[in-house]
Amino acid sequence: MSTPTPLEDRLSRVKAPGEPVVVFERVFLAFGDNVILKDVSFQLLSGSTKIFLGASGAGKSTILKLILGLLKPQAGKIWVNGARTDQLSERDLMKVRDDLGMVFQEGALFDSLTVRENVGYKLYEESDTPLEEVHARVREVLGWVELDEHIDKMPSQLSGGQRRRVAIARAMTFSPRIILYDEPTTGLDPITSITIDDEIIKLRDIEGVSSIVVTHQLRDAFWVAEKMAVRRQDGQVEIVPASPEKLAQTQFVMLRDGDVAFEGTASDLRASTDPYLQLFQS
Amino acid sequence: MPLLTGWAKKGLFEVQEYVKLCGALGRGVTSRPFYFRDIVEQFDAIGVGSLTVVLLTGGFTGAVLALQSGMTLDQFGARSVVGRLISASMVKELGPVLTALMVAGRVGSGIAAELGSMAVTDQLNALRALGTDPVRKLAVPRVLAGLVMVPVLTVISDFIGILGAWIVTVTQLRVASSVFWNSIVDALFIQDIWMGLIKPVFFGFAIVSIACHVGMRTTGGTQGVGQSTTYAVVAGSVAVLVLNFVITKLLITLLY
Ligand SMILES: Nc1ncnc2c1ncn2[C@@H]1O[C@H](COP(=O)(O)OP(=O)(O)OP(=O)(O)O)[C@@H](O)[C@H]1O
Ligand SMILES: [Mg+2]
Repeated sequence: MSTPTPLEDRLSRVKAPGEPVVVFERVFLAFGDNVILKDVSFQLLSGSTKIFLGASGAGKSTILKLILGLLKPQAGKIWVNGARTDQLSERDLMKVRDDLGMVFQEGALFDSLTVRENVGYKLYEESDTPLEEVHARVREVLGWVELDEHIDKMPSQLSGGQRRRVAIARAMTFSPRIILYDEPTTGLDPITSITIDDEIIKLRDIEGVSSIVVTHQLRDAFWVAEKMAVRRQDGQVEIVPASPEKLAQTQFVMLRDGDVAFEGTASDLRASTDPYLQLFQS
Repeated sequence: MPLLTGWAKKGLFEVQEYVKLCGALGRGVTSRPFYFRDIVEQFDAIGVGSLTVVLLTGGFTGAVLALQSGMTLDQFGARSVVGRLISASMVKELGPVLTALMVAGRVGSGIAAELGSMAVTDQLNALRALGTDPVRKLAVPRVLAGLVMVPVLTVISDFIGILGAWIVTVTQLRVASSVFWNSIVDALFIQDIWMGLIKPVFFGFAIVSIACHVGMRTTGGTQGVGQSTTYAVVAGSVAVLVLNFVITKLLITLLY
């Protein structure tokens, strides 16, 4: 291994809870004449969750792609773990992405690879981790999403909900400290949705993962915001109603017409009298 | 007029993007990381996978060439020199061009469809998100395979074509086998063989790099994938024919 560059140093530094890990400052993005984001600013703090709401086409997926550096803004600044990603080259962006897990809206599983190869992709292909360890890690992560018996299947042999869970497993195998979920529960039955929500909560509260969740399902959004995971004496993890401090750590962000129309906690959202927000919640 | 400039702009932009891809391919083959497993896989898929179609094309082309040449040569009472016509045209033109066209149809469409569906289902983005450069992982192995396997397939096709011609010459034209082989060897110059080997290298690169370019830039869902597939085959085939003229002209001035 070569000596770490200043960029790598900055990225790998452990962030204290409450320190900003993703920052958008006056971001503007348009596809041709179609302006998607006009002036978007927000901060994601370490260990907390931001839930993005907004109509279809509001630019929620676009924001996640901007964080990953898959798209570049036309104006404004984006920081991830202290690095200005809108100015980085693709090569340097790879280092930023080492700490970012992404669950794509349609899963985006590699359909030529098995579930095992999908989930372990980054460790198999882009790291020097010994194969035995990767196998073990893949089994462990698939166990969390309750898919261990499907390890040798192809993605096309799975149901929609199972594919979604494989995508979540793939995003967490390499233990990133930030995970971005694009509509992780859309189109799933309530039981499976809650399993996925609980997984998001556990990663946040037990592993300290900072997360951004894009969703249309308010029920899931409130579940993620108003529950927390605690480890009991016997080591079991339990989902319980969130403490007031936890509640304050989950913020809702509503996108509308390319701007942030609302930002606040679950109770702020419930209490809001804005007609659009009320319509959205009904 | 605005329509015309719009087209010109779009065309120029495509060319610019294609040149960028070629630059990225250059970096991809000269610096780490390499994905050896994918390279081996693609050599198999592109090379071994195209064998049947190339064998059939070569064999029947050689055979029909012998029939036609035989008929023409009969007018001059020169049926016995049929081998001369076969070897030169097979090795210099028909072998390389027909092999390349078949590969453009089989491999070009396959690559565009595969990479195209990866593009529209966010799999290319997922690769990037997981720290893999899609050009290195997907395009480099395919282009290397095209670069090496199209010449190899061409040699095989040449050989099978001459074999097909031999069968027709001996059974239909009733020319002695030894006469046929002698005239084949007589007519072949070392320059012809060079020409027959240099051309397919360029064809292989052009077909596969165009298909990768078109595939990776696919937008617009499954419909877009269909369009990309068609476009890759059409652009690949036209590129082969245009390149064939340009390279032939160039090699004639250089070699002969
Ligand atoms: N590559 C692209 N080229 C052109 N327009 C695009 C592109 N990607 C997205 N858009 C446009 O940007 C807008 C926002 O897209 P985005 O995917 O971010 O929406 P979203 O908020 O995630 O919607 P949904 O809830 O339906 O997933 C849409 O109007 C879409 O048409
Ligand atoms: Mg979306």
